[in-house]
Amino acid sequence: MSDNPLPITPLVQIPDSGDPFLQGVQCKSCEAISLKSRLACAKCGGRGTNEPLRLSNKGKLHAYSIIYRAFPGIDVPFISAIADLEGGGTIKTNLIGIDPDPEKIQLGMNVDVVFEVVDRKDAEGNEYLGYFIKPAA
Amino acid sequence: MGSEDIYIAGIDMIKFGKFPDISIAKLGAEAAHLALDDAGITINDIEALYSGNLMMASGMVGQQIQQEIGQTGIPVVNCANACATGATALREGWTAIKAGLYDIVMAVGVEKLAGAGMLGGGGGNKKGISSEGLLGSGAMPCVFAEAGMAHSKEYGTTFEQFAQIAVKNHHHSTMNPKARYQIETPLDEVMNAEMISYPNTKLMCSANVDGAAAAVLMSEKKVKELGLMSQAVKIRASILTTDPWTDRDEVMPDINTCTRNAAAQAYEMAGVGPEDLDLVELHDCFATAEVLHYENLGLCADGEAPKLIDEKTTWLGGRIPVNLSGGLLSKGHPIGATGIANVYEISTHLRGGAGKRQAEGARIGLAHVIGLGTCCGIHILEGPSN
Repeated sequence: MSDNPLPITPLVQIPDSGDPFLQGVQCKSCEAISLKSRLACAKCGGRGTNEPLRLSNKGKLHAYSIIYRAFPGIDVPFISAIADLEGGGTIKTNLIGIDPDPEKIQLGMNVDVVFEVVDRKDAEGNEYLGYFIKPAA
Repeated sequence: MGSEDIYIAGIDMIKFGKFPDISIAKLGAEAAHLALDDAGITINDIEALYSGNLMMASGMVGQQIQQEIGQTGIPVVNCANACATGATALREGWTAIKAGLYDIVMAVGVEKLAGAGMLGGGGGNKKGISSEGLLGSGAMPCVFAEAGMAHSKEYGTTFEQFAQIAVKNHHHSTMNPKARYQIETPLDEVMNAEMISYPNTKLMCSANVDGAAAAVLMSEKKVKELGLMSQAVKIRASILTTDPWTDRDEVMPDINTCTRNAAAQAYEMAGVGPEDLDLVELHDCFATAEVLHYENLGLCADGEAPKLIDEKTTWLGGRIPVNLSGGLLSKGHPIGATGIANVYEISTHLRGGAGKRQAEGARIGLAHVIGLGTCCGIHILEGPSN
């Protein structure tokens, strides 16, 4: 078992020192920004053109849904949300720090990416570091 | 590609419902018999079978159907393409006749989905933890709610406008004896139903049902030879697209671009435009999705879908009626059957046999489905000229 939280997905980078961040890839040929490394660029098919790209911690809310019926074991309601990050890259995660109320959630509003240890462990007891978005400070 | 036109010479569907005691093969076989009877031929006339089923994709469902209706030794192709599975099976048959391989083929779509619950998002990682409910939700009601909210962001589409789609489709289904449900659902009932994934309430989610539909496709030569021209529906376009790379599609399956591309190709192949359509069956897996496809299919300009809703343009009797069958919301969505059932609905109107829900004088119609993952199937059909 790891002493430290593990990244919830490979998108999360946890450096030895300093703050965690999201790292995607960018194609140096067509400039498409993607969240995961692939055999070739999904946009242009370029091989060996993907380079790591640190994604911004700031973005804007593009879309959301408030989930009231979920699979067993998942607490509701929660807000599933899509955010476009400054400089490129789009992520999907829970929107936290705001009531699950359509009157309060403004499409297009500024959001920050934040990192928190999630309350779900794997079978070995490892903890995981998740990323979320919340209304910009 | 062959220049000869290809026709739907026989087509039918079983009434969608819940059939726990009937095997998937028997459901498919029942639809196959209905379609064969409609065309006035037998299984012995069929040169190839294209079977659409998703949830038992490894189960050789096409062969199981043949074991019910006659094992004639013909080629059978089992197709799985998410919710575009039925349309893909139909198109595979079309392609084979177009290639000149056969003159008569059959496409059957069948699914047992009653009681399946929410689809998508449930898969846990073998390593690590499931991210469902942490990194948003991958469940279908959420995925399509988010797609609808992106439209809201751009054009201010409201919860009430999304809900009106369900009011309309449930209303249309009251005139369709083959729909799973035939129940009026007024606006307040739709909006006050259990909220599943805002803005989609339970009545704005497609109904998981069991169902089957089948079509007999023929070359023009064979239709004439058998004297079926007076009932044959011409396939003016058969198109399948996938989602090209777009900036958000890793986290937001892009149902828009593949539909727009498919529509452009279909209109070009058919030599018609959206203004020539008399009715449309489109993929209303959730009420939010139907709104997007009004614009994707060119039924109105971008941003004008809310106006179409407010003016009831897509109701029976409106300029362009949409989902007269009741749609996936009320007729039901047995995944593998859906794409053929949509073509059945269009064909029925083009043959003037849709009863109370008949689109008056319908001559040309479009059937559209989306398979998440992602693909789009579109067929443009023209009725017999008599």
